[in-house]
Amino acid sequence: MKPAPFVRHVPRTLQQALAMLSQLAGQDGRILAGGQSLVPIMAFRLAKPAHLIDINEVEGLDRLDSDGKALTIGARVRHAAFHGPVVDNPLAALLTYVARHIAHYPIRMRGTFCGSLAHADPASEWCLTTATLGATMIARSTRGTREIAAKDFFDGIMSTALAEDELLAEVRLPLLAADAKFGFNEFSRRAGDFAMASSLVAYRVVDSKIAEARVGVGGAEPSPRRIAEAEAALNGQPPGDAAFRAAALAASDAVDPLEDHQTNAEYRRDLVRVVVRRALEHSLQ
Amino acid sequence: MTEKIALTLTINGHAHAIAVEARRTLADAIREDCGQTGTHIGCEHGICGACTVIVNGEPVRSCLMFAVQAEGKKIRTVEGLADGDTLHAMQQAFMDHHGLQCGFCTPGFLMLAVGVLEREPDISDGDLLDVLSSNLCRCTGYQNIIKAVRAAAAEMRKRCV
Ligand SMILES: Cc1cc2nc3c(=O)[nH]c(=O)nc-3n(C[C@H](O)[C@H](O)[C@H](O)COP(=O)(O)OP(=O)(O)OC[C@H]3O[C@@H](n4cnc5c(N)ncnc54)[C@H](O)[C@@H]3O)c2cc1C
Ligand code: FES
Ligand code: FES
Repeated sequence: MKPAPFVRHVPRTLQQALAMLSQLAGQDGRILAGGQSLVPIMAFRLAKPAHLIDINEVEGLDRLDSDGKALTIGARVRHAAFHGPVVDNPLAALLTYVARHIAHYPIRMRGTFCGSLAHADPASEWCLTTATLGATMIARSTRGTREIAAKDFFDGIMSTALAEDELLAEVRLPLLAADAKFGFNEFSRRAGDFAMASSLVAYRVVDSKIAEARVGVGGAEPSPRRIAEAEAALNGQPPGDAAFRAAALAASDAVDPLEDHQTNAEYRRDLVRVVVRRALEHSLQ
Repeated sequence: MTEKIALTLTINGHAHAIAVEARRTLADAIREDCGQTGTHIGCEHGICGACTVIVNGEPVRSCLMFAVQAEGKKIRTVEGLADGDTLHAMQQAFMDHHGLQCGFCTPGFLMLAVGVLEREPDISDGDLLDVLSSNLCRCTGYQNIIKAVRAAAAEMRKRCV
């Protein structure tokens, strides 16, 4: 249970970090952010990176601010930054509510928002959040800067569109409409465990009817995504039990569930129905 | 590759000059290199919380940090809680409420609870319960740990005003 030897590199500026990554990525070099996924994996020797580029000292990557349209979250922003409100918008309450479902308090003190996205666990709450709300990922390397839409970023279990020499420098999360409603629910067997299924929903109510519905499902498929069928079942309907049940059913029909040693597809499909309905019910509380 | 790096760790106000490989976890360095064996190691992969210490005011899993990352930071471990012969309110509460049996998990729970309450003295009972779910105890069944931490929280709040 001890990590294999590696060489640690400590860049102070983004330029240094990108130069090191460009040079070392081909020699089994990796970014070390919060270490809350990477260090356990190294302890199990599932990963034995030869070089770690520790970005915890890089200035500027702790950016967490809004330009009135989107919230920018830099690569050093920890999960715990969202324990309280970060912006004057309904997005703040959404992030606070979701954050408390990630792992445990001491892990949230170190784990980073961007690290979760780069790690891309299918059940990650932040992956679900960015996929549902349509975030833009800002990937940087010595070759330049790329903007990647969340729907193109996640590429299956623990796999993303990032090239090996690219740093996920920041993420832009669009702010919600001032009257937006949101709801979140996840199911796991023990507090702090990765969810077996999770759902995040957001919508507006216009003339007593649901509009601009977003229904995201995480943990059930290799990557979290919006479920168009469930959104169609909501838009134009009055918020309430009938629409919520219809949307939940549509979501469970639409997913292609993962199976593992604990669960079969049928069980996970049923969980999807439950978490989507509960997330929608939560949106009315 | 297995080159040792010289660094100084500041634990409970004492400087420890050590030389460790980059892969040395903070938990191992605290115990093996600095001789502070109050911090325990259970799972070595972030699940159990036995290794919880406070780094620059933040309760963290010391098995998920490398020692080299803690250079220049203020590390607090269970050895630093008591003031001479006077136990910290949290330690006293664990005794009074039978919050420990074998004691293996206790240093981690103490540092977790003290770390969180120093940051958020007015944390709600519900949130405190959620915080305590961070660490594992195989003996007590948790109820007495919860009682102890709630009692100490009230005591710590009193001392603040
Ligand atoms: C007991 C336990 C329970 C957990 N439960 C949950 C949970 O319920 N939900 C959840 O979402 N997570 C959970 N986690 C994981 C935690 O949220 C991690 O913090 C997160 O997955 C990774 O972020 P990190 O900053 O710690 O990244 P690291 O561990 O440092 O890195 C993870 C991977 O991402 C890469 N990487 C990191 N940052 C960047 C970047 N900016 N650009 C490019 N690559 C990068 C690294 O090279 C590495 O491959 C849990 C962890 C533990 C130990
Ligand atoms: S030893 Fe660190 S969490 Fe178990
Ligand atoms: S008292 Fe024995 S593990 Fe907690």
